[in-house]
Amino acid sequence: MAIDCLVLGAGQEVGKSCVVVTINGKRIMFDCGMHLGYHDHHQYPDFSRISDSRDYNTALSCVIITHFHLDHIGALAYFTEVCGYNGPIYMTYPTMALAPLMLEDYRKVMVDRRGEAEQFTNDHIMECMKKVVPVDLKQTIQVDEDLQIRAYYAGHVLGAAMFYAKVGDAAMVYTGDYSMTPDRHLGAAQIDRMQLDLLITESTYATTIRDSKYGREREFLKAVHNCVASGGKVLIPTFALGRAQELCILLDDYWERMSLKVPIYYSAGLTVQANMYYKMLISWTSQKVKETYSTRNAFDFKNVQKFDRSMIDAPGPCVLFATPGMISGGFSLEVFKRWAPSKLNLITLPGYCVAGTIGHKLMSGKPTKIDLDKDTQIDVQCQVHQLAFSPHTDSKGIMDLVKFLSPKHVILVHGEKPKMATLKERIHSELGIPCHDPANNETVSISSTLSVKAEASSMFIQSCSTPNFKFLKRNLNDKIDSSCKAGVGGTSSLFIRKCSGLHFKHLNRNLDAKFDSSLSCGPELQVSDDRVKEGVLVMENGKKPKVVHQDELLLFLGEQEHEVRFANCRPVYVGNLGETHVMNCLSRKSVWLSQLFSKLSSELSDRNVQNLGEYLQVESFTLSICSKENCPYRTTNRIENECAIVFCCCSWLVADEILAWKIISILEKHDLGST
Amino acid sequence: MEFTCLSKGGCFYFPPCHMLNICGFRIQFDCPVDFSALPIFSPVPFDFDVLSDKELSSHLGHDSLNLENVSEEKTEKPLDVGSLIKAEPCYKIIKNLCLWNPSFTNIVLISSPMGMLGLPFLTREKGFSAKIYATEATTKLGKIMMDDLVAMHMEFKQFYGSEDDAILHWMRPEELKLLHRALRGVAFGQDGADLGGWMPMYSAADVKDCMQKVETLRYGEEACYNGALVIKAFSSGLEIGACNWTINCPKRDIAYISSSIFFSSNAMDFDYLALQKETIIYSDFSSLELMNAIENYTRVPLMDNNLLPLGSNEEALANLLSDPAETVEESEKLSFICSCAIQSVESGGSVLIPMNRLGVTLQLLEQISASLDYSNLKVPIYFISSVAEELLAFANVIPEWLCKQRQQKLFSGEQVFAFVELLKEKKLHVFPAVHSPKLLMNWQEPCIVFCPHWSLRLGPVVHLLRRWCGDPSSLLVLENGLNVELALLPFKPMNMKVLQCSFQSGIKLEKVQPLLKVLQPNFAVLPENLSRLINSNTESFTVFSYSEGKTLCVPNLKDSLELEITSDSAMSFCWRKLHQGNVDITRLKGELSLNCGKFKLFPENAQVATDQRPLIHWGQPDLEKLLTVLSKLGIEGSLQQEVSGAESSNVRFIHIHDPTTGVIEIQESMTIISVVDKTLSARIFYALNSVLDGV
Repeated sequence: MAIDCLVLGAGQEVGKSCVVVTINGKRIMFDCGMHLGYHDHHQYPDFSRISDSRDYNTALSCVIITHFHLDHIGALAYFTEVCGYNGPIYMTYPTMALAPLMLEDYRKVMVDRRGEAEQFTNDHIMECMKKVVPVDLKQTIQVDEDLQIRAYYAGHVLGAAMFYAKVGDAAMVYTGDYSMTPDRHLGAAQIDRMQLDLLITESTYATTIRDSKYGREREFLKAVHNCVASGGKVLIPTFALGRAQELCILLDDYWERMSLKVPIYYSAGLTVQANMYYKMLISWTSQKVKETYSTRNAFDFKNVQKFDRSMIDAPGPCVLFATPGMISGGFSLEVFKRWAPSKLNLITLPGYCVAGTIGHKLMSGKPTKIDLDKDTQIDVQCQVHQLAFSPHTDSKGIMDLVKFLSPKHVILVHGEKPKMATLKERIHSELGIPCHDPANNETVSISSTLSVKAEASSMFIQSCSTPNFKFLKRNLNDKIDSSCKAGVGGTSSLFIRKCSGLHFKHLNRNLDAKFDSSLSCGPELQVSDDRVKEGVLVMENGKKPKVVHQDELLLFLGEQEHEVRFANCRPVYVGNLGETHVMNCLSRKSVWLSQLFSKLSSELSDRNVQNLGEYLQVESFTLSICSKENCPYRTTNRIENECAIVFCCCSWLVADEILAWKIISILEKHDLGST
Repeated sequence: MEFTCLSKGGCFYFPPCHMLNICGFRIQFDCPVDFSALPIFSPVPFDFDVLSDKELSSHLGHDSLNLENVSEEKTEKPLDVGSLIKAEPCYKIIKNLCLWNPSFTNIVLISSPMGMLGLPFLTREKGFSAKIYATEATTKLGKIMMDDLVAMHMEFKQFYGSEDDAILHWMRPEELKLLHRALRGVAFGQDGADLGGWMPMYSAADVKDCMQKVETLRYGEEACYNGALVIKAFSSGLEIGACNWTINCPKRDIAYISSSIFFSSNAMDFDYLALQKETIIYSDFSSLELMNAIENYTRVPLMDNNLLPLGSNEEALANLLSDPAETVEESEKLSFICSCAIQSVESGGSVLIPMNRLGVTLQLLEQISASLDYSNLKVPIYFISSVAEELLAFANVIPEWLCKQRQQKLFSGEQVFAFVELLKEKKLHVFPAVHSPKLLMNWQEPCIVFCPHWSLRLGPVVHLLRRWCGDPSSLLVLENGLNVELALLPFKPMNMKVLQCSFQSGIKLEKVQPLLKVLQPNFAVLPENLSRLINSNTESFTVFSYSEGKTLCVPNLKDSLELEITSDSAMSFCWRKLHQGNVDITRLKGELSLNCGKFKLFPENAQVATDQRPLIHWGQPDLEKLLTVLSKLGIEGSLQQEVSGAESSNVRFIHIHDPTTGVIEIQESMTIISVVDKTLSARIFYALNSVLDGV
């Protein structure tokens, strides 16, 4: 079985995230984003590659959206309403609540300000949202009989989630964007350790390693404070959701502590509504914010007010949050045009701006003039502060996550090509996990786990759940289990074989540590716990495989056991023992047996040698004094000193073959009379 | 699987409690407190002037009774305020639970906030180490309710002082004798046997300690216990956060159905489709209580099978279950309460609603305020409770736990509950206690008050009842399940109007059978009364009926368990084809692990000797074949002609001549190889192995 991963967007770039994964016949689209840097057909993923007939409903099992950022959800309304996808769409509660705001905001910017022809309408957004099924974190959702999905907390923005998907035995995780460190209002990403075939992770900061956030936050607050203290205006262009709330908490808190009275403004009613959502969805924020909601909701900002358009040219310092971020148009551009020429003012920009936006131009170099279009040129005199903290994980976070999940394969998306190549190499070399970084419209195929399902009998399971230890002590000289010696080498004299791993791993470790240090030339100890070996797997054509315990196998097969034994009747030298003790035949036998018993017991100190009166027994090996004249198993007939010899009839099963030949060699060397 | 019903509970506030033994683990369902006996205690503060006289006289009277020790029954006074126990109250927990050692319980599953109130009693027991699972919302609500309980109980503590040994003073035998017979019946059962199970109230520290032991879940989240059990919670619709459970273990899949509501106006709807499991434990007694009230209701079939659409396809059944009639009924009830409230307010009286159901409270808040607006009445609504503010703040931040209509409000940008607006417009006021300064400043009558506690013994309700009990135009809204006569005893003479109503607290009787049909279990474990109503002959499942205090054994269906073998480990197997038929066989290798209720065989890490010889053989060796194989291996032997004689007819010998001499003796069910040489014997074994089947 294979997992096919078709990257429709965010392959070796940032923007229009969209990956279509086929697992065991189920096709899932992860994210459906738009590219903010393009305004032509490159803006959307090339959906036609999913299905030649453009019948997306049969081609896809479901669509999963990780969070509400436009580069992850921007094309959704287009895909459902214009392309006609009608199947289920999954996203978390906050994403579902906030996505329409995001889409509508963007649509307005496109249509109202840029005057572009709209690709989807407000009705489209509303219709599209009706198809969405909200999911909660960690909730296991059965999309259909075979496909299971689950969301995990991803930090990044409110409601961001990593998604786990499983079909049959194949499982994967798509991270979306995530952050591995908590910030002012969101926690760090959290995920369970699972068996994964594939991990698709973002790699925005594939090579960056960031230090503590608090220093960077202080820098930002200082820059803002300095600006307003000298009477300047601060413009913070952000998208309505996410970064805006984080900075608002930061500023509100700072204003409170420093008792600043300079007004902080929100540009649109939209953000007021967004705040209401944040208040209701507070259980998706960080632990600290969550804990305090009943006394004071952290999103009840005390110092934040609504902004009126007429206040743009009002005198005096202020801080203004204006949408959209990256100054890609709209109100933030309008304000930028007015405030940029003054040296007193400050523009803060997020850590990442898409190529083609004014934000990007401001960040790359220190331009004094920016050409808006052919006729307009903006004089830029103001200060520019770049936010050094980002809600994306750094490369250490990515490596940590990959290491934690240890998937069989990794695919990198959502990053810059050269950096991704570096990270890819690191994952491959440091973690030994095959890693891919496909470009847009490329498909990566990887193999996936497949397992055989068998019916196991209770007896087998029971025998597996009770320890089946065997402790075998032996001398170092014995070369019985060559493989064992080879594995352990000369210095360590311990070999532990365990078949039921998990329960006894700690034991293993303890023993290892103990014996490695103390035992360099003591007796060799072998602990084996072969539980699984007693199980037998039976496959019959057309039937489900069955696992039974060896003791019930014959019953299961309806067969008669045919025991295969080895037998050997061999002479043992008893010296004059037979003569000195003139006794009847029976008691003579028992004397010889007890003599042999003590001999074997001392030679085989690690074995349980039993004297059962009639015969001796070690495991399946039995030894009895043979008084038959023509025992069929007698192999030596030439007897020289008949009175000093007794015949011992030995018999054993193949399992104890090694032991048996060892005993026989002891017997051969043995001279009972000398003891 | 062993199932013991410890208590079938009482009303909404007293859910059932059970114990389940499965896969070697012991699971307890819910841990409620039985408040029904609380009214035997006198509320505080009682009117001391009146009572001190009475008490004095009654004490004297009792003394004389004691001396004479004559039959009490004849001389016993009618039940009045003075009969109530004037002591710090104790609380009754499940008496059968005391018979079980809490240290042997592995898991406690909490289905609703009400089922959680007794948890601190359990967790403070010595040796308690079970894992407690509850949904996040239940945990939070339960915590709030317990905090409230502790706070309300504090009033008693302050009144009586806190002498620990005095708490159970009233339970001394001599004191009990003095207790009014009616009260004794309530407190200790009709036979007076339930002396156990009375507990002094837990402390705030106990609650805190208890909460730390609770593992919270979301709906549909998998909790894996000890690798063997997978536990999941699914919404039951009864209350915000309330849930039913599914438990998967290697041998059995179980669904536990607690009281559930198909369509709730607040909590997320009953997610019954998730409960399609092999075994169903049905534990919704709400409809059975009603049934018990109707006498001679014994052998009427639950539902006329003819009424079910023929073939009873799933769609028809689903329609039947989603019949909104019950929702309509519920909203009619609420509108009736509203209209009564409006009437009282119009006539100048106040309305007192002592209720601890969050869902119904929130709904009533909305509807009453809407009715007030509609009637153009400017009457304040108060919500008085030590946790009122916390409760409302909490209700506002849990959209994930609410029903579809409420969630829709979130998605369309409205407030989920109307109280947010009411608070803003100052129509609703929230106070922690009746004596809060702010309340005293704001107080206006007539008014509408929501407050705890429904038993009429704890909290603000006591003070307000005392104030209004003489006012015939005021209204008291009570819930069914309360012994009204006893509860209202301290407030006599009672001139207030009393409206007693029952809100839906579970699955309607007529929906039980369709529900079971949809779920299609193999086993249905039903309460005794319910199983009598189900005609087990016409159903596809086997019915087991349980009753309180008895242990029920439910047999296992399957002897085999599912084992997953990863393809990597399957690669390393040495397969052997059996001589007859299409059977392949191999010994297992690898590491067996139990995770999330599934057995899996992983490839072994350690290098183990691969040379494994078969240990078991079966079948009959074909001697001609054996000789051929032997000669191929360079071993020459000859079959000894059969020795005549009856006894040895079944034994045959092959004599080996080359390379050394030896013998192979073939008996009916045994073959014995006897050669002196080690390697030769191994080679002969190899040959023999090839003509037999073995593993």
